[in-house]
Amino acid sequence: MRLPLLALLARGPAHGYELKQDLELLLGAAYPQPNVGQIYVTLGRLEKSGLIEGEDVEQSSRPNKKVYHLTEAGREALRVWFEETEDEPRVRDDFFMKLAVAPQTGLADQIALINRQRRQYLNTMRNLSKLAAAESRDNRIAQLLIEGAMLHLQADLDWLERCQEELEELE
Amino acid sequence: MTEGRPPVLRAEGLVKTHHGEGAPARAVRGVDLSVAPGEFVAITGPSGAGKSTLLHLLGGLQRPDEGSIWLDGRCTDAFGEARWAVERRKSIGIVFQFFNLVSNLSVADNVELPALLAGVPPKQARAEREALLAELGLEGKERSMPGELSGGEQQRVALARALVNHPPLLLADEPAGSLDSKGTREVMRLLSRFHGRGQSIVLVTHDARLASAADRVISFFDGRIADDAPLDGTVPSRRAGISGVLELRD
Repeated sequence: MRLPLLALLARGPAHGYELKQDLELLLGAAYPQPNVGQIYVTLGRLEKSGLIEGEDVEQSSRPNKKVYHLTEAGREALRVWFEETEDEPRVRDDFFMKLAVAPQTGLADQIALINRQRRQYLNTMRNLSKLAAAESRDNRIAQLLIEGAMLHLQADLDWLERCQEELEELE
Repeated sequence: MTEGRPPVLRAEGLVKTHHGEGAPARAVRGVDLSVAPGEFVAITGPSGAGKSTLLHLLGGLQRPDEGSIWLDGRCTDAFGEARWAVERRKSIGIVFQFFNLVSNLSVADNVELPALLAGVPPKQARAEREALLAELGLEGKERSMPGELSGGEQQRVALARALVNHPPLLLADEPAGSLDSKGTREVMRLLSRFHGRGQSIVLVTHDARLASAADRVISFFDGRIADDAPLDGTVPSRRAGISGVLELRD
């Protein structure tokens, strides 16, 4: 959450609740919404590390609100962030270990493991489809996020299929 | 809704072996299957698993070596070629990966032809065609030839043709197999919509996105049903599922 919040502040100063609304607008319902408490905690940490600075602004009928702006150090942190590439997604490590060790335990059947895992992926795929249908077509970023999740899941399902093909031959 | 009604489709002990060059290929090796009225069943599996052969058996496009098929409770064992052709006109609609439209007939004629062949009066066939094409967003394309349309549009025409006689069962063999991802979404949306109105559907696909629109997913491996899973969207609550997939990590 740290760097996305920094990035939103690169445009100009904002307070915590505005940032929450900006995130929601940008990412749509697809993204599990951070609660406003989380955002304030993160902003506090960012301020402590000198990446942003807060300024109290008086409000007539309500408590003061804090408006944050990006510092030069914060801007530099963002540059570094954009410069770096991200790690590749991992094969589901725990499931892979289950599959690898199952035969030695006599406690689980590999094909049954694959079938059960596939059921879960397919149900999640169904939920993603519903989410995509519910999200506005015009929110490209949100649609791309959902599509990305679906393509990853499709790859996981393809891999399960390969596991099943290979392991069934041994039976 | 389905109480007291026979399955729209039932199969028992289906076996089909292809004899070509080389060793015989056992494409379908003992399949039992039942599809309730209004149900949407997807069959997925690797290519070469025999899922298309299975669909062809279910639509009478190929005959099984062993086993029986019932349509709406009617046993098809004694059906000949002509009788199956009638069934495919009236009680089974089929869409294929490559659309299989008649290339020298207009869009309108492609859709009306099965209705006319089924004895529907021309006026009514035309009305049905107009309603379906409008529903599928193909107004203004009536006079076009299939070759002038995009893949996604051709598949929508094929869908209209398959549904013009209101068959109780729709069979779809990789209907998005030659479409881009926009076309795939479109097919998915339309299948879901017709399903929502009570259309029974059996869909063969290797695309999990498409399969996830179904009520049930059958995993087909090596000619057999490896798993038959209802999809109700429930995933173990432990955190996973959708938010686990979508979470953007710090």
